[in-house]
Parts: sequence; structure tokens; C-alpha cells
Amino acid sequence: MYLLFILLFPLLIGSALLIFKPKNAFVISLAASLIELAATAFVLQEASLSPVSFSAPWVAEAGLSFSLYVDGISGVLIGLCALLVPFIVATTANTDRANNSQFQGLMLAMQTALMGAFLAKDAFLFYFFFEASLLPIYFLAAIYGGENKNAITFKFFVYTLFGSLFFLIALVFVYLQTPGEFHSADMDVLYQTAKGLSADQQGYLFAAFFLAFAIKMPVFPFHTWQPDTYTVAPAQGTMLLSGIMLKMGTYGVIRLVLPMFPVGVATWGLTASVLSVIGVIYGSIIAIQQKDAKRLLAYSSFAHVGLMSAGILSGSIEGIQGALYQMLSHGINIVGLFFVIEIIERRTKSREIAQLGGITQFSYPLTVTFVILSLGSVALPLTNGFIGEFLLLKSVFDQNLTLGIIAGITIILGAVYTLRLIQKSMFGNVSRITSDFADLTGAEKAVLIPLSALVILGGIFPSTVLGFSEPAVQQLIQWFK
Amino acid sequence: MTAIIALSLLGILNLFLGFWLSRKTIQAATLLFLVGSMALTAMDWNHEMLWYGHMFHTTNTSVSFSLIIQLAAFMVVSFSKGFGIDEEHTHPAEYYAILLFSVVGAILMVSFDHLIMFFVGLEILSVAMYVLTGSDKRNLRSNEAALKYFLMGSFATGILLFGITLVYGATRSFYLANIALAITNTPPESTPIFLSIGLLLILIGFLFKISAAPFHFWTPDVYEGAPTIFTMFMSTVVKAASFAALYQLLNGPFGSMYGTWVYPIYYISMLTLLVGNITAVYQQSLKRMLAYSSISHAGYMLLTVSAKQVTTPSTILYYSLSYTLATIVAFGVVMLVAEYQTGRTEKPENISSFEGLAKQNPGLAFCFTIAMLSLAGIPLTAGFWGKFFVFSDIFNRHVYYPVILAIVMSAVGVYYYFKGIIAIYFKEGDIERIELPGLVKFAMWACTLGTLLLGVYPSIVKNLF
Repeated sequence: MYLLFILLFPLLIGSALLIFKPKNAFVISLAASLIELAATAFVLQEASLSPVSFSAPWVAEAGLSFSLYVDGISGVLIGLCALLVPFIVATTANTDRANNSQFQGLMLAMQTALMGAFLAKDAFLFYFFFEASLLPIYFLAAIYGGENKNAITFKFFVYTLFGSLFFLIALVFVYLQTPGEFHSADMDVLYQTAKGLSADQQGYLFAAFFLAFAIKMPVFPFHTWQPDTYTVAPAQGTMLLSGIMLKMGTYGVIRLVLPMFPVGVATWGLTASVLSVIGVIYGSIIAIQQKDAKRLLAYSSFAHVGLMSAGILSGSIEGIQGALYQMLSHGINIVGLFFVIEIIERRTKSREIAQLGGITQFSYPLTVTFVILSLGSVALPLTNGFIGEFLLLKSVFDQNLTLGIIAGITIILGAVYTLRLIQKSMFGNVSRITSDFADLTGAEKAVLIPLSALVILGGIFPSTVLGFSEPAVQQLIQWFK
Repeated sequence: MTAIIALSLLGILNLFLGFWLSRKTIQAATLLFLVGSMALTAMDWNHEMLWYGHMFHTTNTSVSFSLIIQLAAFMVVSFSKGFGIDEEHTHPAEYYAILLFSVVGAILMVSFDHLIMFFVGLEILSVAMYVLTGSDKRNLRSNEAALKYFLMGSFATGILLFGITLVYGATRSFYLANIALAITNTPPESTPIFLSIGLLLILIGFLFKISAAPFHFWTPDVYEGAPTIFTMFMSTVVKAASFAALYQLLNGPFGSMYGTWVYPIYYISMLTLLVGNITAVYQQSLKRMLAYSSISHAGYMLLTVSAKQVTTPSTILYYSLSYTLATIVAFGVVMLVAEYQTGRTEKPENISSFEGLAKQNPGLAFCFTIAMLSLAGIPLTAGFWGKFFVFSDIFNRHVYYPVILAIVMSAVGVYYYFKGIIAIYFKEGDIERIELPGLVKFAMWACTLGTLLLGVYPSIVKNLF
């Protein structure tokens, strides 16, 4: 029942905000997300002892059940989601947005969809939330977005929907092979059933599943929607997209692709890894050349997720553990970084890197937190990014030396674009538009300081999370070893 | 069964009521009649029976289809305030009466056990539709649409009747059960060739009625020309009734001739999906786009008919219901906005005249959005499960290529349905608040909530039988 609560509570509050349009939507939304965080922490506490599950009949005549499940893997993801949403909500403090209750309501509705995808034990339930999450984010981006939002958000919607349709066909195909009169889409049953498929079938199905997740993450060459959408969406929409939503893709690969199609992964996994690593390098190189800070972060996110994808596809414990840890760290870092850019944009009305400079003279706290978050993103030792990237790179090395070496360049390239961003914006000469830069407000500090603290804590105490997820990863690996 | 007698009598009563009651009262009376007939229909649930010399068969399947048809009629009547025709020239009583008669025809079409009964039902429905299409008699387009529909419709009816004759010649019976027996008992080498020809002619007649490509050319013109309220009726009731009848024919008496009809159906449904979806992308008029969308939905439903699984009737039922609910709202909003825009813009039904609707009319915009999402088949709405059940039924037959095409086409569908959503939410426009009568509001929200409810919990309909 707790699982049902953490799934539906945000939606409930979110729809109330959408319908009744209260004046103090921000307070309600923040309180709701904090309650959600507390409830999720409680669930995770339970799940650290043994997996927690909930099941109810749903579409019984099609063998689908409304079953939710929290183990070490989904636990990390729902923890990430519940942790980030309060921060994302808090970044809207003191902004006077027209129709704020609608904005907050859509964010909370989005949280339910994301939670649902991570909680689902039934593959169709996963698909259901995977797709449903598109609606709130689409409206967030299309209503509150920037220039040329209609065309860009529409492309995003159709592109991702198109990919998931192949996922749906492939899923239906496996589902119909399951035994029993009504079939079943329970993930364990699907794992078992997929074992009986021929190598060819596994290959095709792998391709169909991976396509959907590759578009969501995105992996090269399916990333063309991503930079535009990240740039055009309002800051909170971008945070939701990059901080949490792209993890649905990586989570999908861990949860569905690896255990269902071991043969498919063995045949095509390397190709997919190569694509992912191309994305790592390509994204980093393009990020170096960006003029727009938000777009730079979009490409950096593209590069990071490529490494996660390559690590997961290696199929080793280090790869999966590293990816889980990196999902968490990347979520924290990228939300913080996007918020820094948002703060700069609010004050200077610009995201052009060339026009910024010397901000450190006006806001020391912003500089410190920005540097810490960036170092986390660069994967410096003692930051959270280091743990994840280290494990991921190790898994790629073990799988294929050449690929590992190429992927390793990402650390250097990442340092180049991130440090360049810090240098050009924070240090150097004060520019015309930064000359009256106001220091951080209390609300802004309340977001950036805890996030920076998490970056360092995550670098020092990784075992809390890794120990939590390990049993589940061990168990998952049995399906394809 | 008593429902058809009641509806016929009440229809006649309705005509007389027109002499001394006001428009509003007649509308209320018609709604009441429909509720009554739905109750009568529902009483046949779990009472399988044969009537009229075994020509009329009430089963749970036929009862549920009859209920959907009457539900659609109920919603259409709720939306009708003057039928979108100018006040002076309307005779509401006649239209309500014709609506009731056509519902009788539709019920016959979903409950027949005899080809003549089927034919009579189809004709009652079709003739009523020809009249209603032309009901806006001062409007040239309405006249053109009625004439076109009538000419093409009667031609198709002729072909259908010819097909029935040939089948009768080959099997010496009109009864579905006897036809089935005759077909299975005749060895394949001595089966007369005109049985297959008869079947194909019947199919062609049907494909015309459900507007499958390449027999769809009348549809956009007729849907666009007819008063929107009747387009709404046509695209829901006629579709649901025809598909139920088609399923019953193909899987009943002609079930053993599966090999003869299944490939034509595959190819035609694929062609229909292609034509419907791709042409819809290029439409400027929202009403015409919905006409093409209805063609494309015929493609999905045709695929289901060919699946021949135990779950197929419930899939058709579910799909018809989800399509009906969404289509009623979609046409309803088109009707309301077009009425508001008449005189304000050149082409009130164009997508451009819906721009900025959401600003002052959030409720209307929300219902329209849900309807579009459902037609596009996005999760959380009934349309998603409709498509899901269709695809999994076909997959169960291990037929892949039509499904893959259907899935690609549903992505195309997202594109044009979203054009409507983008227009109402994200484009600038100056539509003021549109006041809605209580009944219209009720019907709109009932359909929308129904769509959402079915989208979250499809079992309520899917496991009826």
C-alpha cells in the first residue's frame, strides 16, 4: 500500500492544483514533494531489508496486473526521483509565472508518471507510464517553453513516441509467447519466456527495445531531438527531462533488455556500445563548441548518458552498478547545473557564454557551488561523478579495450567544456550584463548548497547506495550469465 | 428485442409530439425514450433468445453493441441544439424521429440471424442517414453531400444485395446457421464459384459502408457537407453497427471460408490505413481531417475483424466504444466552435479558427485534447487499449506486416491529431468564452471521463463476455 501511496500521491495533489488553481500553489507543491520524499525514504528503508511489492488485478483477461515492486535497482531510481523533485520545485520559488498552479500541477503529474515507470513490475505497466510521462512534459515544455517551442516540442513528442511503438510491438510479441491462457506480462515471466526464443528473434527484439530506450536516453544517432528540446523547455522541464526522465531509458535497458535478450545483447550489444561511445565523444566535442550554456549542458548530458549505456551493455556487475550510481549522481549534478544557468539567465537575461564573466566578484556562493557541481560532472575523485564513471569505464575496458580507451577520453573532454564554462562565466572580466549581478537569494542557496553537499557526500560514501543495489543486481545478472 | 418495437413506436410518437411541444421538450422526451430503450435492451442481458421466426437473435454481444449504439444516439441528441441549422427551417421532431428509426436499423444490424433481416436493418439505417445528411436544405454542400451519399450508397446496396442473392443461390438459405452448415458440408471441389463471388460482393458492399479504401471517396465530402451533428452520428453509429455485422457475418457463416476473405481484408485494411492517415495530414479543415481519421480507424477495426480470436468480439466492442466516445467529443467541439466562428471567419471549420480556444474555454479544450489523445492512441486514454487489443489479437495469428504498418501509421496519426491540440493551446487567437447548455456540457464531460476511465481500467468493458 505504501507503494500505491508514493505512486499516486503526487498525481492527486497535482490534479487538485490543476483543477482548483489555488493561489499558493508553490507551497502546496513543495510540501507535497517533501511528503513524497519522506514516504519514499520510508519505503526504501523497508526495501533495504527485503524487496517491497504491491499487486492488484488490472486487465485480468489480458493477464496484466497492476504490480509494483521495489528492489535495489528500482529503489535507486525512485529515490532519485523523490529526491530531485523537491529541489526542482524549490527552484521555482519567488518566480512570478502566470498560471503557476498549472505549472506545479504538471510537474507533480510528471512525478507520478516517472515513479510509475520505475515501480512497475508488469512490463505493460512500465510501458504505460513510460508513454504517459510524455504528456505532462510535453505540455510543460510547449506551454512555458522558449522560442520556436511548438515545432521543437512536437518533434520531441512524435520522435519519442515513434520509438516506443517499436518497443510496444516487440513487447507484445514476447508477451504472446508467455504460457497460460491469458498470458502474462510480469517481468520475471517475460525473462523466462524470452529464453526460449531463437537467436534471430532475440536480435530483432533487442533492436526494437533498444531503439525505444536509445531515443529516450538519447544514444547517437537518435539524439537530434534532445539539444533543441532541452534548450527550449523551461528550466524545470529540462531538469525533469535530464535529471529523471532520461533514466527511464537506461533503467529500461537494465530492467528489460539485459535479462530478456542475453543472446541479442551478445550479438548486437557491441554495436550498440560503439554507438553509445560515439555519442560520448561526439557529444563532448560539440559541447566544447557551444555558445549557449544551456545547450552545452544538453550535449554534456548526451555524452554522459552514452557512457552509462555502454557500461550497462557490457552486462557486468560493475557496469550496472556504475550506471545506477551514475544515474543518481548525474541527476543531482545536472539539476544543480541547469539551475545555475537558470539563475544566471534570470539576472542577465542571457545564456551566451561569451557575454558573461566575472560573476564571482558578485556572488561567491554561486561560484563555489557551481564549481563543486561541475567537478562532480567532470568526475573528479571525491565527487559523486567519479565513482560512477570509474565503474562504468572499468566495465567498458573489461569488455573491449579499444572502446574503453576511446570512452576514457570523455574525462578529458568533459573537463575541457566544463572548465571552459566556469572560466568564461564566473571568472575573467566583468561584462556589461553581469555588472549588477545580485547575490544568491535564500531560496536559491537552499537548493544549491544541499545539492553541492550531496555531490561530496556521494563521493565519500558510495557504499550506502552501492550496497543497497548490489543484491538486486546480483540477482538480475543470474538471468544472463 | 422489445427495444426495437418501443423505439419504432416512440419515433412515431415523437413525430406527433412535434405538433404541440417545444424544441427543448422534444429533446428531453427523446433522451428519455433512449434511456427507456436502453433499459429494455439491457434486460436481454444473459437471456439469449431467437425472435421473429429465428431471424433476430439477442446475445450478450448484440446487447452490448445495441447499448453502444443507443449510447451514441443519446450523446448525439444531447449535443443537438437546433441541429446546427437555422431556427426557422428546423423541424426538430422529424429529425429526432428519424434518429430513433435509424437506431432501430442499427440494432437490427447487430442482432440479425438472417440475411434479409440484416439487409432491412442496413437499409433502415442508410435511408435515414441519406435524409439526415441533406437536412440542412438551404446549404448547397449539404445537398451535394446527400445526393452523393444516396447515389453511391444505393449502388453499394445493390452490390451487397446481389452478393446476398448469390450466396442464397449457392447455399439455399438466408439463415446464418444454415449457410454455415451448407458451406462446411459441401466438399471444396464442388463448391460453386459464385459462393466466393457472392461473399466478395457482400464484402464490397460493407467496405463501402465503413468507408474503407478504395471505397472511401464519398466519405470526406459527405462528412464535411452534412450538418456536424449528423456527421457525429454517422461516424459513430454506422461504424459500430457495420463492424459488428461484418464480424458476425465473416466469423459466423463464412468462418470456414477464412482463406478466401482474409487476404482481401488484410490488403484493404492496409490500404485504408495508408490512405486515411496520410491524406489526413494534409487537411486544413478539422472536420475533413476527422473524416479521414474515421477512415483510418476503419482500417484498424478491419484488422481486428480478420483476427478471428476468441477475444475478437470484445476487442471490436472496446474499440467501437472508445472510438465513439472520442469522436463524439471531437465533432462536438468542432460543431460548437464552428458555430461560434460562423460569420467571424471565412472558413469556420478550419484548424486556424480553433486557435487560442484554450484561453477562455479550458474545459472545452481539455475535453477536446483527451478526445484527440484517445484517437491517437496515447496511454491513459481508451484509444491506447483499443489499439493494444487490436494489435495483440492480430499478433496472436502470427501476422506481422499489417500490424507494423498499423503501428507506423498510428505514429502518423499522432502528427495530425496534435495539430488540433497545438492550435487550441499554443497559438494566439481571440475566441471568447463559449456558453454551453447544460446537456452539452454533461455529454461532453461524460464522454471525456468515460475515455479516461476506460483508459485506466479497460477491464470494465473488456471482460463483459
